[in-house]
Amino acid sequence: MSTTNLDTAADTAACDEAARGHAAPALGTRGLFRFATAGSVDDGKSTLVGRLLHDAKVVLADTLETLARTSAETGFGGGDGTLDLALLTDGLRAEREQGITIDVAYRYFSAGERSFVLADCPGHVQYTRNTVTGASTADAAIVLIDARKGVLEQTRRHLGVIGLLRVPNVVIAVNKIDLIGYDGQRFADIAADVARVAAGLGLPTPHVLPVSALRGDNVVERSAHTPWYTGETLLGLLESLPTRDEAAAAAEDFRFPVQLVLRPQGALAPGLDAEAFRDYRAYAGSIAAGTIAVGDRVTVASPGAPRRETTVTGIDAAGVRLDTATAPASVALRLADELDIARGDTIAAAGTLPDSSADLLAQLCWLSPAPLRPGAAVLIKHGTATVRAKVTAIEGRLDLEDFGLLPAASLELNDIGTVVLRLAAELPTEPYARHHRTGAFLVIDPQDGNTLAAGLIAERNSAA
Amino acid sequence: MSTTAPAPARPVPAAPGTPGSTHETDVLDALEAESIHILREVVAEFERPAMLFSGGKDSVVMLHLATQAFWPGVVPFPVLHVDTGHNFAEVIAFRDATVERLGLRLEVASVQDYIDDGRLAERADGTRNPLQTTPLLDAIEDNGFDVLFGGGRRDEDKARAKERILSLRDEFGQWDPRNQRPELWNLYNGRHTPGAHVRAFPISNWTELDIWRYIERENIALPPLYYAHEREVFEHSGMWRATGEFSRPGDGVPTVRRRVRYRTVGDMSCTGAVLSEADTVAKVIAEVATTTITERGATRADDRISEAAMEDRKKDGYF
Repeated sequence: MSTTNLDTAADTAACDEAARGHAAPALGTRGLFRFATAGSVDDGKSTLVGRLLHDAKVVLADTLETLARTSAETGFGGGDGTLDLALLTDGLRAEREQGITIDVAYRYFSAGERSFVLADCPGHVQYTRNTVTGASTADAAIVLIDARKGVLEQTRRHLGVIGLLRVPNVVIAVNKIDLIGYDGQRFADIAADVARVAAGLGLPTPHVLPVSALRGDNVVERSAHTPWYTGETLLGLLESLPTRDEAAAAAEDFRFPVQLVLRPQGALAPGLDAEAFRDYRAYAGSIAAGTIAVGDRVTVASPGAPRRETTVTGIDAAGVRLDTATAPASVALRLADELDIARGDTIAAAGTLPDSSADLLAQLCWLSPAPLRPGAAVLIKHGTATVRAKVTAIEGRLDLEDFGLLPAASLELNDIGTVVLRLAAELPTEPYARHHRTGAFLVIDPQDGNTLAAGLIAERNSAA
Repeated sequence: MSTTAPAPARPVPAAPGTPGSTHETDVLDALEAESIHILREVVAEFERPAMLFSGGKDSVVMLHLATQAFWPGVVPFPVLHVDTGHNFAEVIAFRDATVERLGLRLEVASVQDYIDDGRLAERADGTRNPLQTTPLLDAIEDNGFDVLFGGGRRDEDKARAKERILSLRDEFGQWDPRNQRPELWNLYNGRHTPGAHVRAFPISNWTELDIWRYIERENIALPPLYYAHEREVFEHSGMWRATGEFSRPGDGVPTVRRRVRYRTVGDMSCTGAVLSEADTVAKVIAEVATTTITERGATRADDRISEAAMEDRKKDGYF
C-alpha cells in the first residue's frame, strides 16, 4: 500500500489494489449473496444503505413517496426537500424519532445476476452484538469509516469481530469523502491504516473505496470527483465477490448434524403407498459442509457413544432422489445399517471427524448485560446438539488495541474472551477458523433461555 | 435398513446436487434449504407447534415447504386460521380443500364470534385486521401452542425487516423489538419461559418475486383471485376494491367491471385489487418483476394508517 502522492500511475494502481483486495475475486455467480454493514455512530451507515438501494433503483414509488413525506416531517433530511435516505432502513418508531438505528434490519434487492440479503447492523450501544449477528451469516462485511476521522477504536472493534467470524470478504467504505474535498492523499493514508490493522488481525486484505453516501460517489455510480480511484463501485464489488460457500464449504469434508429422524409409519403423507414406505427411515438435516454421494462411507458420532460406520444408500429431497448433494442443501439421508441415530448426532465423511471431546477451548463474544464469571453453568448449542457445560476458566479477553490477550476475571457485554469449557457430553468439535458451520456454537442461559454469547471453537492443539 | 421407497418424479430445475446442475446453488434452492432447516429445527425443539394458514400465497408456500421438510410423513402439526369473517369465499374454499388434501387438522379462531358475543367491537372504519390479535392469542392459549409458524417476510414492511426468524412473545403475546435475541449462524434458540411463546418465520428471507418464482417451479396451486379475472370493483382510497357483502361503495361511488388480480389476500374490507392482465404464473412474475409499487402499499389499507402501523400491531401480538 502506497502512502505517497497519488498523481502517478503506479500510485493509482496501488489504490486499485486496495479496492480489489489481495485475492483476485472469483467471477460472481448467480445466487444469494448475504452482506452486513457495520459502522460507528454518525458515520452515515444508514444513509449509505439508503443510497445503495436508491441508486440501484430498487426503492419502489410508494416507498419513495413515504420517504419524501417523512423526510419533510422529521427534518433530518436537511430541510431543502432532499431525501433522508437513512429513513429507508430506520424501521422502528423509536429509531425514526431519535434518528438512529437500534436493531439489525434486513433488506432485499436484486442487481445484475444476484439477489442480495443485507443485514444492516447498528453501530452504537450493542455494536458487538449486532455486528456479530450480521457477520455470522455474511459473505461480505462493509465497514464504514468517516473520512474526516479515519480509523477509530470502533473500527478496530468491528474489524476484530469480522476477522474473528471469518467473513470471507471485507469492504471498507471511506465515507464523507466529499467533506475532505475528495482528497486522494488522505484516502491513501486511511487505506494504509486499514491495511495495517487488517494485517494485524489476520484479515483478508480489505477492499477499500472512497464514497459519499450523501452525494452518491462510487456507491452505484462512478464518481467524477475521484479520478485517482479506478477500482469498482460498491455495488460493482458486491456483484463480483465470491460467496462463503463458493469460497469454502464445498471444499470441506462432509458434515451433517442430524435434525430429526423421518420414520412416517402410521402418519404417511396422503397419497403415498403405505406398503412402499413401511420400512422407510431417513435422517433429516442440512449439509453443514462438503458434498455427499450415494455409496459414500460415513461415520456417525453420537454424544457419549462409540463411533460407527455405514454407507449412504439414498439422498432424498422431498420425494426427489438425488445422487449427490452439497452444502447448504436440506436433505434426508438413508443409511445401509439400522443404527440408533438421533437428533444431536453428526454424520460425517468416514475417517474425517476429529475425536470427540468434553473439553473445549473457545472464544466467546459476550452478548449479555450480565457478566460471565468462572464457574458459570450454561447450555451449549452446537449443530443440533444442546448440552450442559461449565465455564472452568476465563483465559483472558481480547485487547482491541493490539489484539493481545488481557487478563480478565469476567467477561462484560461486548467483550471477546477466551474461555475453557467442560461439557456434560463429548462433542465432535472442530476449529471455527477452518469450519464455519461446525466450529460455531451458542451459549444459552439455562434459566431464562436467552442467548448469552456467540462461541467460536479454537484450535485444539492450543487447548492444553 | 435400506429401503427402495419410490420417489415420485417431479420436474425440478437445478435441484441441489443433481447431476449436471452447476455447483452453486440457485437462489430458490438456497431459500428452500434455509426454510426447511428452520421448519425442522422448530418441530424438533418444540412441544406443540402450529402453522398460521390463511390460504394466502405466502402461507401456501410455507405449508408446501412443510410438506417438503417432513416428506414422506404427514405435516406434523395443525394449522390455525384467524378468520375475520370478511374473507373472500374462494379463499376459504381453497383453505378447506388444501387442509383436506394434506390430511391436516384446522383450527379456526373466529373474529365474528368475538363480535357476536361482545368480546370485540366492530371498528368505525370497518376493517377487522387489527381485531385478529385477541382471537389469535386466545387460540394459542386454549390449544397450548408453544410456537406458531407465520408466513411473514422481512421485505414486506420496515417493522418486519427487524424481526428475528425465531421471535419471542411474552405471556401477553407482545413483541419487544428493542430487546430481541441475537440470531447467529443457522443456530436458532427457541427456549422460552412457561406462558411465553415463540413465532417462527421460515420464509423471512423470501421476496414477493421469490415466492412467485417458487410457485412456478413447484407448480403450487393458489386461490384463483391471485390471477387476472373480471370483477365488479369500485375505487376507494386510490385502490380498487371488490364489491361484496362486506365491501360496498359509498354513496355516489360507481361500480365498474375491470380485469384485476390480488397481490395480497386478506380482509375484503381493506384489501385492494390491482388492474392486471396477468392470468398465468409466468405473466404474474413478469408483472411483479417490473412493478413500481410495494405489495402492501398497493393493496393494504391497514398499512396506510401510519408509518408505524405494522410495528404497533406486531407489538400487541399480531402475526
